[in-house]
Amino acid sequence: MAVVSVDNLTKRYGDVEAVRGVRFEIEEGEVFALLGPNGAGKTTIVEILEGYRGRTGGDAQVLGFDPSENQRDFKERIGIVLQESSVERELSVREAIDTYGRVYPKRLDTGDLIGIVGLDEKADARVKTLSGGQKRRLEVALGIVGDPDLIFLDEPTTGFDPSARRQAWEVIGNLTDLGKTILLTTHYMDEAQNLADRVAVIDHGLIVAEGTPDTLGGRATARTEVRFILVEQSPDILPVEPTTIDGSTVEYHTDDPTTLLHTLTGWAIERGIVLQGLAVTRPSLEDIYLALTDGDAP
Amino acid sequence: MKRPSALSLLWYQAVYEWRIFWRTPISAFFTIFFPLLIYVVFSAVFGNQDIDYLGITTAQFYAPSLAVFSAVSATYTNISITTAYQRDEGILKRVRGTPLPAWIFLGGKILSSIMIALIGTLIMLAVGAGFFGLQFYAETVAILVVVFFVGVAAFASLGLLVAAVAPSGQAATAIANATLLPLAFVSGVFIIPGEDPPAWLDAVSNFFPLSHFVEPFRAAFTPPVMRPDIQWTDLAYLVLWGFVALVLAIRWFRWEPSTGGGGRTSRRKAEPAAG
Repeated sequence: MAVVSVDNLTKRYGDVEAVRGVRFEIEEGEVFALLGPNGAGKTTIVEILEGYRGRTGGDAQVLGFDPSENQRDFKERIGIVLQESSVERELSVREAIDTYGRVYPKRLDTGDLIGIVGLDEKADARVKTLSGGQKRRLEVALGIVGDPDLIFLDEPTTGFDPSARRQAWEVIGNLTDLGKTILLTTHYMDEAQNLADRVAVIDHGLIVAEGTPDTLGGRATARTEVRFILVEQSPDILPVEPTTIDGSTVEYHTDDPTTLLHTLTGWAIERGIVLQGLAVTRPSLEDIYLALTDGDAP
Repeated sequence: MKRPSALSLLWYQAVYEWRIFWRTPISAFFTIFFPLLIYVVFSAVFGNQDIDYLGITTAQFYAPSLAVFSAVSATYTNISITTAYQRDEGILKRVRGTPLPAWIFLGGKILSSIMIALIGTLIMLAVGAGFFGLQFYAETVAILVVVFFVGVAAFASLGLLVAAVAPSGQAATAIANATLLPLAFVSGVFIIPGEDPPAWLDAVSNFFPLSHFVEPFRAAFTPPVMRPDIQWTDLAYLVLWGFVALVLAIRWFRWEPSTGGGGRTSRRKAEPAAG
């Protein structure tokens, strides 16, 4: 049975339709990312699944519960890392973990947890003395202290410098090693690519693409571009007819780059012709993402 | 898998709130030391003379008055301000995402603030007895205890109500201070009331709950001949205020800040979370 199952989910705030009929499922042990720009509706979806907001329509099941009923049994089995919240400044790291851990029927050991999130050196430091990245790691610790079956991570690294992001990814990688199911939201492509087994791209309250980071948006089968400059030669002599010719720049779009390259390079070597600036490119996840989310900007 | 007992959770929540309180020096100062300072200054300035028509000294008047002021600061002011700031900072939202039942979280706050109130009150009375000749009357101790607990419970509920309606921590601070301080003057906490106060002042003071806490508490420190009978109406009045405040506080309580849930996304709006 799916850990999270969402069908035709909608959420309306007054006249604004923040979520417009979203459907997805998350299997046990899977890391699922909702990827999209700010204001796409990611946080609204996650907060509906966490039990913070009601839904306007559709169906949502989390671990077999209806999250809108906000039951204690449900809260005991999920872990939440909110996008923006803070921890009591005057508590130490250890005290904060103990305080929040106490409310769960099963819980991870405080010392182990401090190790998992890499805060050993700060275990007895007050929260107010932690850096931004360290605070975020503490928040991750508080999110998993109850040994949850499902973890929500709402933009876990927004505002981080690159090294802090790497560290956070490592922590999240440790969680997946523990076999946790994770629902992640992010607006960073590389984050989704690094962490997620499956990605749903969301824009204006709709899922516009879904798949593994490699196949997303048909990327695995997308046409490869082969481009070079043909110096002092007429394109007419080429063995294969180009897709476009712009001056001396020649471009091919192909589904079979291996054969094409073999033909072109074999031909060029035989005749001593230089294919200047030869480049073979596949659209990056970033290109796909921009194409998917920019098209219908308001 | 064993769920922790409600009683142990309540106790640990109280310990947690207690710890935060003492680690925030500004709140400890205004709750405990500020009333004490006023007491020492007033008793010194007024030379500890007799207030003829009450039959007691100024020190005998101010010790219970300012003990009540300290107790009300510990409950009403403290709960309203800290809770509203915890909401601003997203701490309430975080708590709401855990299995901790709401009543235990709020109950822990009330329990901790009542313990702080007790300490403030005891220190005040001890200083009065130790340095300014404060007299106790054995036969009123039981009344004193009852009045104290009914009073702090009522003001703790009022503190929750302010936290529920205040849009922010700053607003809660303003509301708590702007209500308590004038009321303390009107209700004869800081100023010894004249023998014959104007009717409107009496009406205002009688309407609000503070005088119904201060007067029976102070009466317990008055010599038997001057002492009014035990004021059941005062207690009933405090219970009524506390009860109405608690019902409204539960009804209006919010776990998330009122503007956009603290989120960056423009589409999000805070929603009242069902209790």
